[in-house]
Amino acid sequence: MYNEQEHPRKAFGWAARDSSGVLSPFSFSRRETGEKDVTFKVLYCGICHSDLHMVKNEWGFSTYPLVPGHEIVGEVTEVGSNVQKFKVGDKVGVGCIVGACRSCDSCTDHLENYCPKQILTYSAKYYDGTTTYGGYSDIMVADEHFVLRIPDNLPLDCAAPLLCAGITTYSPLRYFGLDKPGMHVGVVGLGGLGHVAVKFAKAMGVKVTVISTSPNKKEEAVKHLGADSFLVSRDQDKMQAAIGTMDGIIDTVSAQHPLLPLIGLLKSHGKLVMVGAPEKPLELPVFPLLMGRKMVAGSGIGGMKETQEMIDFAAKHNITADIEVIPIDYLNTAMERLAKADVRYRFVIDIGNTLKASS
Amino acid sequence: MAKSPKEEHPQKVFGWAARDSSGSLSPFHFSRRENADGDVTIKVLYCGVCHSDLHFVKNEWGITNYPIVPGHEMVGVVTKTGKSVTKFKEGDRVGVGVIVGSCNACETCQQDLENYCPKVIFTYNSHNHDKTKTYGGYSDMIVVDHCFVLRFPDNLPPDSGAPLLCAGITVYSPMKYYGMTEPGKHLGVAGLGGLGHIAVKIGKAFGLKVTVISTSPAKEDEAIKRLGADSFVVSTDPAQVKAAMGTMDYIIDTVAAVHALAPLIGLLKLNGKLVTVGLPNKPLELPIFPLVLGRKLVGGSDIGGIKETQEMLDFCAKHNITSEIELIKMDYINTAMERLAKSDVRYRFVIDVGNSLSQ
Repeated sequence: MYNEQEHPRKAFGWAARDSSGVLSPFSFSRRETGEKDVTFKVLYCGICHSDLHMVKNEWGFSTYPLVPGHEIVGEVTEVGSNVQKFKVGDKVGVGCIVGACRSCDSCTDHLENYCPKQILTYSAKYYDGTTTYGGYSDIMVADEHFVLRIPDNLPLDCAAPLLCAGITTYSPLRYFGLDKPGMHVGVVGLGGLGHVAVKFAKAMGVKVTVISTSPNKKEEAVKHLGADSFLVSRDQDKMQAAIGTMDGIIDTVSAQHPLLPLIGLLKSHGKLVMVGAPEKPLELPVFPLLMGRKMVAGSGIGGMKETQEMIDFAAKHNITADIEVIPIDYLNTAMERLAKADVRYRFVIDIGNTLKASS
Repeated sequence: MAKSPKEEHPQKVFGWAARDSSGSLSPFHFSRRENADGDVTIKVLYCGVCHSDLHFVKNEWGITNYPIVPGHEMVGVVTKTGKSVTKFKEGDRVGVGVIVGSCNACETCQQDLENYCPKVIFTYNSHNHDKTKTYGGYSDMIVVDHCFVLRFPDNLPPDSGAPLLCAGITVYSPMKYYGMTEPGKHLGVAGLGGLGHIAVKIGKAFGLKVTVISTSPAKEDEAIKRLGADSFVVSTDPAQVKAAMGTMDYIIDTVAAVHALAPLIGLLKLNGKLVTVGLPNKPLELPIFPLVLGRKLVGGSDIGGIKETQEMLDFCAKHNITSEIELIKMDYINTAMERLAKSDVRYRFVIDVGNSLSQ
């Protein structure tokens, strides 16, 4: 098979072959460890909702066969001759990007995630023209610049989702200044992104209100995640009472949903930051935006420097994701459950123990 | 029983009002309060015709309380001051803009942001502290709390300076707030009307490169030769829009009609800011993906506080910035409104109230 001969080193994983999104065992290959590369044995990989969007080609740019996974953690087995930061045995991770041009303004500002030539961890073209394959696989080879160190005190399995969900919510809290003690921030959607956003915001000293369509998530939000309050977005009275109370809102919902009530929750000069990406445009009511000098912004993951900063912050405050660990052969069922938001709050594949080349 | 507009207050006033949503204006006798200790009485000389006046006379926003005397871009001369007024004296040239009162106690007012006070009193179609209606500048005189009167710089012509009281502050305030004042940066101005043409002038005065974005190719010559814009993009020409993608640090969107945001968002660089100051009467479509992928934002802004309005007037005086106007007599107002609805004006009508408003 072409995929197995592309590179010198055998690799094994699970891939989707078409937009049905069904995943199955897949033999392929990875490059030899280059002088700036770090090779590691994958131990765990988080299942991000993006993986589901991509296996089903919901965004229209998937290339098959597609090995998803961009919340990858493992243990270093080999480092290239020019690698400075890592050695064999280190616990490391790789997130959403594995390459960038390294010379544009974005790259120079440590914003590789906004580089026009960024290379995604999977379903993208690497510098050598070959397809990138993600972390639902036994080994990863990545340029040292795009490898993160996982501090010893973070358990690897529940640290994995930080590599995408973590940075996706940490970055806008910092960039939009929603990290000042005493501020009030809303988090819309209590899923993989939302629950991590709550934990980060609380650790920053911010008062947090979870805004959700599911009343049954209240107890979890308040008792388990530490949110200060909970708003059911369909409860008109409670939403009305909360008008003009929030400095900012992190909106993690990727389905179509109305912005008007969220804009209403903001104080004057408040910021609504979208980190979920609904496919179709949303309706933007202009009056309330103007009358309160409010803004709607977007944010996507973060650069490498900030991702490491986020992991170190998480380690300091003992922040990890709430996960359900699954064996690799549960993968398709997990995807079906994820589509129905039936997970508290991230599936993580136990690659190290359950992904065997012979399966 | 409520008193009629004519009998409500002791001072007789004459102006033009709209009585219903046909928007047709005609002579109207009403009254204003006696000049209190903190008030300034002003003989109106000129009043700009803002597009908001048109929206209001036709009840396009659904909030008009007839009869309505529009006009919130007034320049006039002080005829009387109350005992506690020290900033103004008889004979001073002054301006009155969009707001004539606020609560004066809330945090927003303390921050000189009276325009965002929840109890803000608008110059027309609003209610005074005594619950009587406010009437605007299409009238021979007005009585205003001295805190809401602007000192009109001597070197600014009162007729072409009048539109600064709304159009000027409406574009100046967000340019300051959203940081659009760094020389050398690139500002796009969408819409070349009353607001847009002043945004071009102020943008150039800040040392910005300015590109006008318009649906009318016919405006290019004016934009560049007369107003000083550096370039011009026809927003309905896909090739022109494509060539300008990702080139602008900020965009001020002055367009009052419903219009597409997607092409404008595409014109922004990474971290770019689109600030909308026009008020379409329906929501706009906001594509989320480009916001997330480029960390861009869409914000609103509504006029400015009194302190900032004075700062803007002084800035315009220093840089000799005035509006391009067509001076009209009061009885031309209905024709002017019809032409304004078709954007047939370069770029603001100003009513010569002092010389043409007669009973």
